Amino acid sequence: MPGTERVKVTKERWIKGLFSVFAFSSLFFLLLIFAFILFEGIPLFQKMGIGHIITGTKWAPTKGHFGIMPMIISSFLITIGALIVGGPLGLSCAIFLSEYAGKRTRLVLKPSLELLAGIPSVVYGFLGVVYIVPAIREILGGPGFSLLAGSIILGVMILPTIVSISFDAVRSVPDAYREGSYAMGATKWQTIYRIVIPSAKSGILAGFILGMGRAIGETMAVIMVAGNALKIPSSILDPVRTLTSNIALELAYATGDHRLGLFSTGVVLLIIIMILNYIANFGIRRRLIR
Amino acid sequence: MRSPPVLILVLCLFCLFSCSKKGGNLDGKGKQIITIAGSTSVLPFTEKLAEHFMKDNPDYIVDVQGGGSTAGIQATLNGTVDIGMSSRKLKEGEDLNQITICYDGIAIIVNPKNPIENLSLREVREIFSGAIKNWREIGWVDRRIDAVTREEGSGTRGAFEELVMKGKEISDAIMVQDSNGSVKEVVATDPYAIGYISLGIADKRVKIVAIDGVKPTVDLIKVGRYNLVRPFLYLTKGEPDARVRRFIEFVLSKKGQSLLKSEGLIGAWD
Repeated sequence: MPGTERVKVTKERWIKGLFSVFAFSSLFFLLLIFAFILFEGIPLFQKMGIGHIITGTKWAPTKGHFGIMPMIISSFLITIGALIVGGPLGLSCAIFLSEYAGKRTRLVLKPSLELLAGIPSVVYGFLGVVYIVPAIREILGGPGFSLLAGSIILGVMILPTIVSISFDAVRSVPDAYREGSYAMGATKWQTIYRIVIPSAKSGILAGFILGMGRAIGETMAVIMVAGNALKIPSSILDPVRTLTSNIALELAYATGDHRLGLFSTGVVLLIIIMILNYIANFGIRRRLIR
Repeated sequence: MRSPPVLILVLCLFCLFSCSKKGGNLDGKGKQIITIAGSTSVLPFTEKLAEHFMKDNPDYIVDVQGGGSTAGIQATLNGTVDIGMSSRKLKEGEDLNQITICYDGIAIIVNPKNPIENLSLREVREIFSGAIKNWREIGWVDRRIDAVTREEGSGTRGAFEELVMKGKEISDAIMVQDSNGSVKEVVATDPYAIGYISLGIADKRVKIVAIDGVKPTVDLIKVGRYNLVRPFLYLTKGEPDARVRRFIEFVLSKKGQSLLKSEGLIGAWD
């Protein structure tokens, strides 16, 4: 029946077209977000000068000061802190899962890690306020709402990202490498330390950098535990405000230049996150795939 | 094979339709809708007022939302809401019709474990400007003061800057929280914290300190002894129409005012 055949082909074409429209819509939304943030954020850079905003240390938007330097520094410090907390933990977990864990252990551990990624950030923030902040205040001093509290919470939050990507990287090291090492008389730990980790290095690094991207973009939990003070911190017990917190804290009230200032904060954040993702996806991962 | 999904779809649509029809009797034609948005300080009280107003006037629906004083003022200027709520005075260029519905004290609060009962206004100013950093300087333990302020643009912060700081800037080393509730939460859990919140919201979990010897109470505010007081404003674009006026009249009536007073606020006529 040639008639039905033709109908089938047309239908196939339609379905293909429909799906490609949906597929490209994600690109469209990305461009839309980009254009929107730049469109709203650039005018203030033009008005105040890039130097005033990027290197200024004073943020008082209702009085004409738009310096976001302290927040850039705080964002980086809190992210590095999160990596110090979450990095070793995540990597050890990935190595355990890949090299030591039996099938059944992995079947329990992997899904529970994925569950960790699904917990809403406000829950992490709440746990931080109730347990971590008072503990820091009592043991180490200071207000408790601090760079340290933020780093600990973020360190836990980025675990799933670091574990799953490092796990893939460690898994993708060919078994022949391991067997070669064993044949030379190396122990299991020597093999992991000297062969597996160096071979998976770029994938592990990509996991860390994507974890950084997640940490620097996290908002709710950080607002709740980091204290949001505007000063450049002089110790890990000082309260800090990150770029994301700044936007979320003040957007509800902002008008005029204040609002534009928050969009400028958004532009800086967007650029930082793009650079990180670029490094993770193209700089490192591509080399891994090759 | 094709019929079940279609059937389900039809059923879903039918449900949706019937639901919306049911809802239609509640908020459809014949009902007057009043929209209100703005200050999160005024919000809980407006919600309470709206609840009672709707009980008395079943043909009215009052929709109340937060967003902050500035957002409320903007929404009123744009005409997206009927009434804007503000806990700060209007700035230049914000030409709106304003109605003072009540007055609210700003309470300076510390943790109940803190033995300090009284501070001078100057001491409060110096704590928040960063000149006084340690509790020892005002007669307590040798421990850093964990001061908490509100975010830039907040009505409560605006009133605090005007009434307490008087031109001095709030230090950037001070913690920032984004609502009366979270400032109260920090002060209630940190023995070394100090903050400021709306008097109506302060409860037993925090201790209100006296300022220059005067502990804020409704009576002392009425006679003008306690000065950290700000108006809660309702804003309308031009004169309100009969529909909106009905709600505002209710708020200013004896019943509305006594509702506000029972919440710890000071009536508009006092």
